[in-house]
Amino acid sequence: MRDDPFSIKGSNDGLLLSIDTSESWQTVTRALADKLDARKQAFAGAIFKVELWERTVAKSELRTLRAILERRGVTLSLVRSASESSLEAAKALDLPTELSKRRQARRRRAKSSPKTVLRKMALGNSEEAGSPGIMFRRTLRSGRTIHSDGHAIVFGDVNPGAEVSAVGDIVVWGSLRGVAHAGSAGDETAVVCALEMRPSQLKIAGLTLSQDSAKHQQRRPAIARIHDQKIIVKAGD
Amino acid sequence: MAGRVITITSGKGGVGKTTATANIGIALASQGKRVVVIDADIGLRNLDVIMGLENRIVYDLVDLVEGSCQLRQAMIKHKKFNSLFLIPAAQTRDKMAVSPDDMVALTDELRQDCDYILIDSPAGIERGFRNALEPADEVLIVTNPEVSAVRDADRIIGLIEAADKGPGKLLLNRLKIDMVNKGEMLSSDDVYDILGLEIVGIIPEDELVLSASNSGIPVSLNLDSKAGMAFNNVARRMLGEDLPFMKLDAKPGLLRRLAQFFGGN
Ligand SMILES: Nc1ncnc2c1ncn2[C@@H]1O[C@H](COP(=O)(O)OP(=O)(O)OP(=O)(O)O)[C@@H](O)[C@H]1O
Ligand SMILES: [Mg+2]
Repeated sequence: MRDDPFSIKGSNDGLLLSIDTSESWQTVTRALADKLDARKQAFAGAIFKVELWERTVAKSELRTLRAILERRGVTLSLVRSASESSLEAAKALDLPTELSKRRQARRRRAKSSPKTVLRKMALGNSEEAGSPGIMFRRTLRSGRTIHSDGHAIVFGDVNPGAEVSAVGDIVVWGSLRGVAHAGSAGDETAVVCALEMRPSQLKIAGLTLSQDSAKHQQRRPAIARIHDQKIIVKAGD
Repeated sequence: MAGRVITITSGKGGVGKTTATANIGIALASQGKRVVVIDADIGLRNLDVIMGLENRIVYDLVDLVEGSCQLRQAMIKHKKFNSLFLIPAAQTRDKMAVSPDDMVALTDELRQDCDYILIDSPAGIERGFRNALEPADEVLIVTNPEVSAVRDADRIIGLIEAADKGPGKLLLNRLKIDMVNKGEMLSSDDVYDILGLEIVGIIPEDELVLSASNSGIPVSLNLDSKAGMAFNNVARRMLGEDLPFMKLDAKPGLLRRLAQFFGGN
């Protein structure tokens, strides 16, 4: 698979388009347009935040990006950047802005002496960020549904006729026999895993696993993810 | 006394709710318990027929909740057991004549001098089902070992859980052992694998059930009936006895036990 000069990831409040490359702006936006066109239904109606990191992006470049997104039904809700001039450009286009986390972190660290950094790491900084989701602690039964704007964990089975969807990943500690849709806002890195993988339908972002492929039915713990524009199911050993 | 209210329901109709209510009621009474069975299937009453009490009906459930009669007057005593009573459904009235609150008030009164109150729920998920569910301390879901019945049971269990009346227990009715052994019918393990609820009884298919219904003498009174034996065993399990099933099926699969070990269901 060709490496995109950007990444699109689901978070608990929508999708994050991260542009962290030295490629030209034109290369980036063209690749993005191709990607969105290839997954039309998945992205239509989606809301993107864009993360520009240290890159200096001009107002005209930002305007191009916004137009490319809008033409495909995607709303640009926020511009995050570590560059003052990129943030200014976004403001001039009436786009909400936010300072990149990476730079905030650096600033904080720059202020503290190596000693205090060490102490912080030892005491408070052991905590990983992770990402939020919902936990359902029983079997999801026929006719019942769960949707999570983050990840979804079902501690039980997902029965035939039940449906679980998540903007992020889906974990089923039990048998997945109903419908599962991970990356429901278009995140192609989303995964579905289950102790028993026998879904009546499995979707990740805009792709659907065809039901007739019986080899995808695993009575063992298995994980489904997108590889080469196809959903593949792999059983763990 | 603080009687327990047990509602007998199902997803699909015709799976054996009324048969189960009558037989478990009789089996509990024959163990010396004070039991009231309530037919909540207004407009389609038949618990009275199966229990052979059809001719004794004067007042019914609707008369009772409307205050046209006293509680005692609507309770029909069984011919054989002094401690077993039936409150029949109204034949001619609409199911909207009774509300869930009426059922709670009625059962709260009955609890005071009964051990068990069994409610025979109508099929479906409408008012009659809500009436039967609202006062329940425990729900018994009847299903047959068929894919469609099990799917409908799953759906009703989802509603029961959503109403905070879960998890409920299962009664598997009309199992044909020879068909199960040939792999032509779902086994109790297959049903357990999908529904994941405790099974309190496995009732075999038995043609005596139909003739018993017609004569008004339920099979639990017939020592020659396998189904009757199985219903008696259900009652004894409800009373706390640890009885094995009259069955030949194996234990749940490894994966299931693994999940249970970690506290899932
Ligand atoms: N174990 C059994 N063996 C053979 N026949 C059975 C058995 N259990 C029930 N039946 C038959 O199945 C039919 C339906 O039973 P029943 O009326 O108890 O079902 P129900 O769930 O109450 O139906 P409804 O949804 O209409 O109220 C009856 O004819 C009954 O005799
Ligand atoms: Mg009935």
